[in-house]
This record gives sequence, C-alpha cells and structure tokens, in this order.
Amino acid sequence: MLAWAKRLRSGGVLGLNERNGEVIQRFNARHLYPLVDDKLRTKRLALAADISVPELYGVMESQHDIHAWPEIAGQRGDFVIKPAHGTGGDGILVVTGRTSRRQRLYQLIDGNVISEAGISHHVSNIISGQYSFVGTRDCAMLEYRVETDPFFAAVSFQGVPDVRVLVYQGYPVMAMVRLATRRSRGKANLHQGAVGAGINLASGRTLSGVLGNDIVSEHPDTGEPIAGLDIPCWDQFLSLAARCYELTGLGYLGVDIVLDRHRGPLILELNARPGLNIQIANKVGLKKRFALVDRWTATRDADEKVAIVREAFAL
Amino acid sequence: MQGPAYRMILISTLLVVAGGSLFIYKWQVLGFPLRPDAETRIWTVEVTARFEAGPGPIKASFYIPGLTPGFAILEENYLSRGFGYTPGYVAGGRQVQWTRRRARGVQTLYYRVVIYKDSARIESDTTPPFPEVPKVSEPFRTAIEQLVEDVAGKSADPGSFTVELLKRLSQPDRDQNVEILVGAAPTAASIAHTATELLAAARIPARMIRGIYLQEQQRRAPIVPWLEIHDGTRWRYFDPLTGKEGLPDNFLQWWSGDDRLFAIDGGKDVDIRFSVKSDFMSPVEVAQRRSDERNSLVEKFSLFSLPIQTQAVYSIILMIPLGALTVVLLRNVVGVETFGTFMPVLIALAFRQTQLLWGILWFTLLVSIGLIFRFYLERLRLLLVPRLGAVLTIVVILMLVLSIISHQLGFESGLSVALFPMVILAMTIERMSVLWEERGSREAIQQGLGSLLVAAICYAVMDMKMVKHLIFVFPEMLLVVLAGTLLMGRYTGYRLVELYRFRELCKRPH
Repeated sequence: MLAWAKRLRSGGVLGLNERNGEVIQRFNARHLYPLVDDKLRTKRLALAADISVPELYGVMESQHDIHAWPEIAGQRGDFVIKPAHGTGGDGILVVTGRTSRRQRLYQLIDGNVISEAGISHHVSNIISGQYSFVGTRDCAMLEYRVETDPFFAAVSFQGVPDVRVLVYQGYPVMAMVRLATRRSRGKANLHQGAVGAGINLASGRTLSGVLGNDIVSEHPDTGEPIAGLDIPCWDQFLSLAARCYELTGLGYLGVDIVLDRHRGPLILELNARPGLNIQIANKVGLKKRFALVDRWTATRDADEKVAIVREAFAL
Repeated sequence: MQGPAYRMILISTLLVVAGGSLFIYKWQVLGFPLRPDAETRIWTVEVTARFEAGPGPIKASFYIPGLTPGFAILEENYLSRGFGYTPGYVAGGRQVQWTRRRARGVQTLYYRVVIYKDSARIESDTTPPFPEVPKVSEPFRTAIEQLVEDVAGKSADPGSFTVELLKRLSQPDRDQNVEILVGAAPTAASIAHTATELLAAARIPARMIRGIYLQEQQRRAPIVPWLEIHDGTRWRYFDPLTGKEGLPDNFLQWWSGDDRLFAIDGGKDVDIRFSVKSDFMSPVEVAQRRSDERNSLVEKFSLFSLPIQTQAVYSIILMIPLGALTVVLLRNVVGVETFGTFMPVLIALAFRQTQLLWGILWFTLLVSIGLIFRFYLERLRLLLVPRLGAVLTIVVILMLVLSIISHQLGFESGLSVALFPMVILAMTIERMSVLWEERGSREAIQQGLGSLLVAAICYAVMDMKMVKHLIFVFPEMLLVVLAGTLLMGRYTGYRLVELYRFRELCKRPH
C-alpha cells in the first residue's frame, strides 16, 4: 500500500486531503465562494464581463413565486429550472416541451412527463433549500435550455455533455469532456455515473475515457468511441475558462462549459472545489502541472495564459 | 517548514505537554489510578460518647486517631450539637476538646473517621529518651527489681526481654512478685501498664497503645491494648497477653499512653461505643478525597467537584471528542463516506445503551421503515420543513411501536430504542432518501452502511473500559485528543480509498 502511495506521489497525483488543505484553502479565499456557489451571481458577473452564458429567463425567490414560472417561461416550450445553490447537478429539471397544453403536462429530458403542479412542487423544494448545500433557503432559476451541438449529441446518452476545464491561477491546466450515460440519468457528473474523457489541451482532441474509476474507450450506452474526437471551437473553450479566473479570483477553479448548437460554448457554472477524477481521465497527476504554473508569472492576460498552456501541456 | 505547519506542531506539542504533565501529576502525586478495576476497602469508625450533663460547664477531651501505622485517614467529622470542638495534639496522640457552657440531660458526641489501608504509613516517631527508673515504694520496689533482674538474665535484647517479661506477667501460675504488681486478675491493660513500668526499670522506652480491630461490621468494637517498645532503632509491638510480636493487619491505633480515652468535667455516666463498618470505594474516589484533604487546586477544578448527575452526563460527553477523532481518522485517512459529519458519533452514543448488535439492528430497522414512509411522503409533495417534521414524528411513533412490540415479545433491549437521537435519525432518513432519488440506491445504501460502520467503530473506541476510565479520571487527556485532531487537520496525504480510486494512475510509472 505504501508503494502505491509512493507511486501516486511520484506521479504528482493530487489527493482530496491535499486538495482541501493545501490548494483550496490557500488559493480560494472563502469570501470569494459566494461568487461561484450562487449561480445567479456567477451569471450576472459573467454577463457584465461579456462572457457567454445561457440566457436567464427569470428567478423565483420565495414560496409566493412558485407558481410564477409558467409566466416566466411564457410561450417557450423548453427551459431548465435549477437551484442557484445546487451542487453536483442535483435539483436540475430539464423541460424539453409540452405534451398537452390542455392538461398542462410537460415533457422532461429523461422521457418522463410532469404536471404543472409537479414542477411547482419542485420549485418549492428548491426554494426551501432541499438542494442547497448550505441547507438554507435558495432561489430557483429558470433559464435557456442548452441544445447540445450535434457533435456531442452522437456520443452522449441524453443530457448535456460539458467540458470541465480546471483552471489554476488563471492557467487552464487540465480538461475533460463529460458525457451523460444511462446510469447518470442524463447528468454529466462523473460521480453520478457519467463518462469522462481527458482532452489534449493543445489540440482539443479527446483521450480515452473514464467511467467511475475505470478507464474506458467507448461510451457505455451509445458504443461510440470516445477517444480521438476533435472538440470544435477549442480556442473559445480555453479562453472562456481562463477569463473566469479574472472574473472570480479563485486560484483553483473548475469551469463547466457546454457547446450549444446555436450559440457555441457557454459557461454553465463554476466550481470552487472541483473534483479530482479529471486526473484519471487524463491519466496525469495535477501537481506536476501546478508546479509548472507556479514558475510562471501570474500577470499575463487570459489569452497569453492560454497560449503558454497550449504549448506546455501538449501531449 | 511552512508557517502553519510549524505553528501546528508547536501548538500540538504544547497541548500534549500540558495534558501529559497534569496527567502525570494526578497519577503519580495525587495517586489517581490508571486502571479502572480494583476497589479500595475503607472503614468507617463511628464513636458515640453519651453522658449525663452537669453540673457546671462541660469540658470533654477525647482521643482521636493520630498516628495510625498501616492506615491513612480519608476524612473525619465531629458531630456534636451545641458543643465547640478543637482538635489538637497532646502527648498521647491527637485529642479533640469538646466544650460547652451548660447543658442538661443526656448529651451525645459523635466522632466519625473514614480510613483506608496505606502501607506507606509507618510509625514516624523519633527515638525516645531512656526512661527514668520509676520511683516506687516497698514492697513493689523489691518485686520490680527482682523481676527485672530475673527476666534480664533470661534475655539478650529489649525484644526478648519484653517477650519474657510478658510471659511472666500473663502466665496463670504467677510467682509472688508478679502477683504483687499486677494483682490476682490482671487485664490486658493492666499487664501492659505494668510492663511499661517494668521496662522503664530496665531502661527500655515503652508505652501502651490502644486501638480497635477493624472488622467487616461491628456494633461495639472493644478497645484493645498493645505494648509498644523501642529497641534503639525502631518501635516494636507486642500483644500483652501472649507476648507475640507484630501488629495484626487490621489493628487501628487510636491513642497511646495510660490516659483514658475520654475524660470529662461536668458530666457523668459516660458510655462510649465504637462501631465499625467496612465498605468499598473506587480508588478514584479515595484519591479524590485525599487531594481534597490536601486542598489541591487540581481537585477544586476537577470533574469530581460537580454534582453526581452532572458527572454522569460528563462521563458520556467526555467521550465525544474521542469519537470525533475516530471520525476524523476514518474520513480523512481512510476515506469512508458518512451521512453528516458527526452523526456516527451520536449513533455510537446510543449504541452504548443498546449494545452494539441490537443497536445496529434497531438502527437499520428504524431507518428502513422510516425510508418507506419518507418515500411515500415524497408523493404528497410537502414543503421541506413540514416534511422534516413529519419524518421526525414518524420516527418517534416508530420508536414507540418498536419498544412496545419488543417488550410484548420479551425483548427488553427494544426499550432502549428510545435512546436513539431521533432528530439525527430523521435527518439521516431525509438525507438518505434524497441521495436515493438523486444518486440511486447504490450510493445511498453505501453511505448508510458507511455511517453504520463508522458508528460501530466509534462505539468500539468509546466503549473501551480503559479509555472510558482514563478520560473520565484524567479529562486533561482531552488536550492530547485535541492535539491529535489538530495534527490530523494538517494531514494532506492520500486517503486509503484514494489508493484504489487512482489505481489506474498507479499502474504506469509516469
């Protein structure tokens, strides 16, 4: 066992304790957390900095508002309702359309049908804080439903695949694409069973994938190969991610970006405590890359940082 | 070395040193026991002096134990309504003076002493001077001289002299000289008294001591005289009736010399009773009372100065930090996931009452049934807080039902279900059901089992007899626990489960 730990250490693999104790506590000042923990604030910040995000249709802040959503949704048949303080993709309701206007039934992305009252109940749960990791009252956001770019639609099982870019001191140091599976029930979170694949930072080409803690080369449901895909608009992904550092000031940041069929890469959310599975997906330890970044100056602008990273972390 | 890490080690070292030194002081100096077993035997001796008061002011002097070879005094009380009392030292040992201006009728004075065996207590008198040869008139003088000369001729040293002398004094067919000295029907006291005079004539320091035998339970313990001589280097004890040397283990010396136990001015018809009761006391209590007597600061600020019910509460509360440390280890070093950070500690506390296996059984049963109800509640679309309230209510009802059913079936352990922390149970059910919905049954059950496992381990740690005893008797050990917890807070190495999680990264050397 000690030999394993030794090998992990020599590979520069970052463990949870070290992430919490040495990285997050040192580089992520606690007062900055609300910027990313509250998705509403993140969205407003991003809009102010002209960073593309899914359009916000409206917010429901109190139990009075739980029936306000049909009005906010208006004529739109598809939208997403999510908690502003949600974590791990919990509490997100993706509505794709109406099945029957008369009976007020809505189609969900997983194929289920939900009534208007059902959605209101969900909104109520969100507001009372069921999905909020701080456990207090929350608000529900109603926003644009991202339509997956056909490029990803082929390899993903339902859901919206996203690209997680890990940004250290403003330098994107590692990235992976996360594809929903049947087991993850349309969600793109690895610990819920989504499949992840590392990305060559220089080229935007995917490496082999990881499912749970195992390495896979094909999508478990679609059977499509995961490795060797060239992600479109890779430049924009990296530059969006790098700019998020300037937006929040968080030194260790996870940036989740989706590729919308109409609007291109959009920032979905930011994470101040990004997970460590990205190392498995890339088969590389994070600490070596951190060490390299530590030697670089932090006073470059986002585009310069992207350029230097693409050169240094080419595989 | 980095700043915080350095400070951490400094703080932890300070905590360990502070806790450790207090621990060693209490253990070595105050004699608090390291082991939970072994009870100390104590005796309570109660003396009741009853007398008819008057006329005039009352002044009673009463000998109380002072020099008690083999025993130590734990505590003593004087109980005498209306009397002033002053304990003090006199030639024959310690004495208490009871005084009162006037009183009428029968008066009762109480003296109560609690003692325990302490082999470290030995006679600590200095060497006494050689006694004067007693000045007596004839025919005693000739009798004494002859007897001493006779006995001296048959003995070699003060010890053998005493043995021979006592044999002469107590044997039934006494010679005339002895008869003159001790009378026709000598008592142990009169023999001992005569022996001291004869020994003085032989220039051997000697005195009579009196005391009682400590037995299981005695309502009227007789006062027994012993003869004590100094052979030039140490004091030696002899039974005046048999001449046998050595004090019995259970002899408690009360006073020495020829004085009477109780002397009174302004009173008559004195009746004195000694009663002895034997008891057991935990060594902790003995040590605690002892430091009480010393007026130790440590004692004043100790747990034992609290009321007994509060002590009982703290005996449980003090174990919680240890449970917390266990959780820290299991979460941050092993990597077990649990519902709620310290929920397993609270469950473990409940296990203390229910016993482990029953505890796990009841916990599983309660959570499973609770989950079924909770899944149904989901359909009712309740708001969060009312739903939590409903789950809590259901948990309480379930506890009651389980208690009643198991009682009817004759499983008395079912009654202890009531000791489960119900709010914690309700929250566990709620979180488990949310996790079940969000992440699927596998993860929910996995975390549930993880919590149960951690609770069981916490229980095992917190239920260790030795640990319980140490923490309760030496609460300063919590500083050491705190130091350990702080040090764990700086552990940034891999968790055990991460070795498995990142095994793909282990495979190839990078």
